[in-house]
Amino acid sequence: MTQKKEKTVVLDNEGNEIRYKKKPRTWRERLTAGLFLSPSFFGIMVFFVLPFFVVIYYANIDSIINKEFVGMQNFSDVMHNSSFQEAAKNTATFSLVSVPLAIILSLVMALILEEGIPMKSTFRTFFLSPLMVPVASIVLIWQVLFDYHGVINEAVTLFGGNPIDWFKSDYGQLVVVILFLWKNLGYNMILFMSALSSIPRDVLEVSKLDGASSWKQFWYIKMRYITPSIFFVGIMSLINSFKVFREVYLLTGDYPFGSLYMLQHFMNNTFKSLDYQKLSAAAIIMCVVMMVIIGILFIFEDKVGRDVEG
Amino acid sequence: MSKAKIDMIEQEQDKNEKTKNSELKERPVRSKKRSAIKRIVLFLIAAIFAISFLLPTVLTFANSFMSEQEISSNYGVIFNDYTSDSDGKDRTVTYRTKTVNLKLIPDKVVGTQYETVLLKSPDYLMKFWNSVLLTVPIMIFQILIALGAAYSFARFRGRIKELIFFLYLVLMLMPYQVTLVPNYIVNSWLGLLDTRWSIIFPGIFAPFSVYLLTKYMRRIPESVIEAAKLDGANEWKIFWHIALPLCKGPIASVAILVFIDYWNMVEQPLIMMSNSAFHPLSIFLSQINNGEIGLAFAVATIYMVPPILIFLYGEEYLVDGIAYSSSVKG
Repeated sequence: MTQKKEKTVVLDNEGNEIRYKKKPRTWRERLTAGLFLSPSFFGIMVFFVLPFFVVIYYANIDSIINKEFVGMQNFSDVMHNSSFQEAAKNTATFSLVSVPLAIILSLVMALILEEGIPMKSTFRTFFLSPLMVPVASIVLIWQVLFDYHGVINEAVTLFGGNPIDWFKSDYGQLVVVILFLWKNLGYNMILFMSALSSIPRDVLEVSKLDGASSWKQFWYIKMRYITPSIFFVGIMSLINSFKVFREVYLLTGDYPFGSLYMLQHFMNNTFKSLDYQKLSAAAIIMCVVMMVIIGILFIFEDKVGRDVEG
Repeated sequence: MSKAKIDMIEQEQDKNEKTKNSELKERPVRSKKRSAIKRIVLFLIAAIFAISFLLPTVLTFANSFMSEQEISSNYGVIFNDYTSDSDGKDRTVTYRTKTVNLKLIPDKVVGTQYETVLLKSPDYLMKFWNSVLLTVPIMIFQILIALGAAYSFARFRGRIKELIFFLYLVLMLMPYQVTLVPNYIVNSWLGLLDTRWSIIFPGIFAPFSVYLLTKYMRRIPESVIEAAKLDGANEWKIFWHIALPLCKGPIASVAILVFIDYWNMVEQPLIMMSNSAFHPLSIFLSQINNGEIGLAFAVATIYMVPPILIFLYGEEYLVDGIAYSSSVKG
């Protein structure tokens, strides 16, 4: 850690060198590489990248009929659109709350399960079970739980509280965060469990002999080894935090209560109203924001994660 | 050659497992009691969480054996009576008399829901078949195409490759609502809208599995490939006979994730196919929730069968396959 990389040689668990950098040497190799990549690259180009240039074009014209170039007009329109601002705020809040929560909670669960408790693999299966429940059934069950007449409110009144209309209150986001966590903790937990179990046992043994408390052991040893996994789990959680829109949409429809109005709602509704200029501009803004986020993650990972990569 | 390698890796894993177990037994005696208490507490915490995670699955399954009358008497408050008590005051008054019943054990186990779903109305099976027709081709071809790309990314590297890989990463992280716009444009150009292809094609080329598989493929030791090369294997043979067998676990785990994701798709069909005859069961199921609540659980249970089968078959792969993934960039 003190000495910065001096050409690291990375070994796999059999002592073979894993080569991380290798440039194609011959044209032959370049051709093979290209051939293997080509089907996927072709598809990506046709279905995602090339049409994106059309999106950029749409974002810069006045309307489909009047193809006048208006430059940044559409972008500033979208940026000043109050429902876009609201949606962006809600989405950002949701991701900022749910992704770190997902990371921390799944790490805690992984640590508990890796503590050598009985029935570990059964629990692991239980935690993964939410992956299999169809989205529509999740929605159904969440309605039974959080509806105004639902089970949660029944419990609330039992303890003397006032029932809350969860989906139409400021707690709406909380309900969705719970849903998101319930759905994704299991997968994240597995990622962490495998990272934890790959920590060399002797390192932990030695630290114990040296008298490290379990907190210190966690912070100085385990954390170092699982840092790369934290990034990976973070990325996966971020992807999944955007996917929670499915459930929100089915639970609350096109125009949900304020705090549940996400960017995806905005995009969906703009799409339905055929306002392609607004839609394209919004898509580009989101794209740029995502690239910034990924860039930050990369820089951060290079700083923190690479020391222990191996 | 590759078989021997796999065996060796497996042996290594076994050994790790064993050392872990023996390490547990060799703990000092004095801390034994404390750690036993600690472990019981942790076990209870884990058990509570695990069971609450499983509950919705069990609930869906159990409720599917109730009669339609029992379902509507249990959940009728929520799903049918919106119109009668739409203003807040009325609700609070009626609240205590009409409650929702969350029951795990049916009063009487009956198969009427299944009878209706499977025998009386062919609609459900048609939609189920729609789901299969969409999900299975996407899963198979996405992985086949991704394997080639992943192999290319893992074996050969250069400036341009890095750049392309970054592009894949960015695309992977985009919310569907962003990629939806370019997808829609191409689909309308190619005249694919309102056909299954409008969902299958973008699905096949989705970058998600390329990313995951690349991470795994990079773990294949260079020496294995070099050895095969010395034996005179060409690139295709290395890919087919060495890389693929070594990545069996990861392939299975990625396949499970892709399957589950597309099996539950909601946005794509709603946007790409206005003809509801092609809609998969995932969308139909959400419409049942608003109408025939008495059938929703049976349909949901039937819908859960394929994911559960795939999951039971591949859970070990899912767990093992993930074990190799670590950093973001791979």
